[in-house]
Amino acid sequence: MSDNASPLRQPARPADNTELQREVAGLVVAALNLDVAAADIDPKAPLYGEGLGLDSIDILEIALVVSKQYGVQLRADSEQNEQIFRSLEHLVDYISAHRTK
Amino acid sequence: MRRLAAVLPAPAHLLNVCADRYRFAVGFAASLLAGKVSLLPSTHTPEVIKQLRLFAADVFCLTDDPRCPIDLPRVIYPQGAPAPDTEAQSWPPPALDADQVAAYVFTSGSTGSPLPYRKTWGRLVNCVRFEAQCLGLNGQAHTLVGTVPPQHMYGFESTVLMPLQGGHALGSGRPFYPVDICSQLEAVPAPRMLISTPVHLRALLATDTRLPPMALIVSATAPLSLDLAHEVERRFGTRLLEIYGSTETGQIASRRTTATLEWQLFRGVRLVSKAEQTWAEGGHVEQPTLMCDVLEITAEERFLLHGRLSDLVNIAGKRSSLAYLNHQLNAIPGVKDGVFVLREEEAAAAHGVSRVAALVVAPGMSSAALIRELRKRIDAVFLPRPLVLLERLPRNETGKLPRESVHSLLTTALKRSRSASR
Repeated sequence: MSDNASPLRQPARPADNTELQREVAGLVVAALNLDVAAADIDPKAPLYGEGLGLDSIDILEIALVVSKQYGVQLRADSEQNEQIFRSLEHLVDYISAHRTK
Repeated sequence: MRRLAAVLPAPAHLLNVCADRYRFAVGFAASLLAGKVSLLPSTHTPEVIKQLRLFAADVFCLTDDPRCPIDLPRVIYPQGAPAPDTEAQSWPPPALDADQVAAYVFTSGSTGSPLPYRKTWGRLVNCVRFEAQCLGLNGQAHTLVGTVPPQHMYGFESTVLMPLQGGHALGSGRPFYPVDICSQLEAVPAPRMLISTPVHLRALLATDTRLPPMALIVSATAPLSLDLAHEVERRFGTRLLEIYGSTETGQIASRRTTATLEWQLFRGVRLVSKAEQTWAEGGHVEQPTLMCDVLEITAEERFLLHGRLSDLVNIAGKRSSLAYLNHQLNAIPGVKDGVFVLREEEAAAAHGVSRVAALVVAPGMSSAALIRELRKRIDAVFLPRPLVLLERLPRNETGKLPRESVHSLLTTALKRSRSASR
């Protein structure tokens, strides 16, 4: 697929990732008892530190939820580890690529 | 260690932020050899670094990360320094004076500046020797894997000092995810010990992680429920021991939770009850120290733990005081009034991690901007959730904030934010 997207239209994300995104956002809000509506989470904003402002305790909780729900085991030595929490989109892409449930 | 000691600069105080446990240990040992004092604050925010400089103007930073962002003169633990053989070369361990000041640890004081607590070498040694006895290590060398940082009092005692004294091997990493805790344990030889906290133990249980055979699991920073303790022992087929202590006193008691809820004090340590307060003294405790928890003395060397004194907060093992947090908040330019509130009611629902919220009067400032400012001052786990902006706080005529008014304001704000944009 070419990197030169037409100025008219960016290639759309596959439809099921949007659905998955909604699902994951909901799970995160519920698991962390966040005071923000799932629909309000900017999919491109950082999750850790700035943006949604999650800390390491939250990350561990997300790892649990993601493991239970999708069978995805987060580990620190994966190359994508720094990327996974760069945004909700990144997290969802990772889940989508590695889910076993 | 000798090589590192030789290259440490002249100043007497150092901040050892090595993330690698082995490097931290070597750095600490080198600083002892060189007669220097290690500073161990609980967090490394810019504000805390500023305070450390006031405490010891000559402080420099020892780090194993070339990209370390701390604003202090630094020594980078040599990259690629050869790891030692696992068989120790036989040179006699150096003799150190028991009164040598090994370190200062810091807690969050109500004045907003970290409070220093001096730790002398002799007392540290006695403490961890007794710990090894309590843990039933029987002089046998173990390999330990810790999920706690070596800079925190618990990690410092149990994953650095105890191995140094007891001849145990220490895992250099600090695994985070359950999968990684398992791999690190698998990578080290038996007998294995896991030094961890309730947060990580819960995560291990919740993800059904299988662990290799272990001699012992140690937990501290917050009490583990009896149910969890049983589950840990059952699932991992091992003994679980808990340690109780504080930054100020170091560890002072332990218990085999599945056998008894009572804690057994370390040798020589005494608890003294005065009014509603409990003081710890004697043994390896440097000076009589007010304990921050509600302790019920049940026998000469035993007590029950009933919870913390009202001002203190413990979030996933990190401790602070509401007074300290309030001080930091109100020190932000633009903040007219502000208060932190512990959200205990929801703790049970949110997997036992209660957070703090804040009510703030800061005309013209956004909550995002306030959080950015707070981030420079306090540890990230204490950042308020949520930070509620108000025109004024519900203070009564005497200037006090009635608990009910505060909590009802918070509840209203939460309802509002959760139902927004449905």
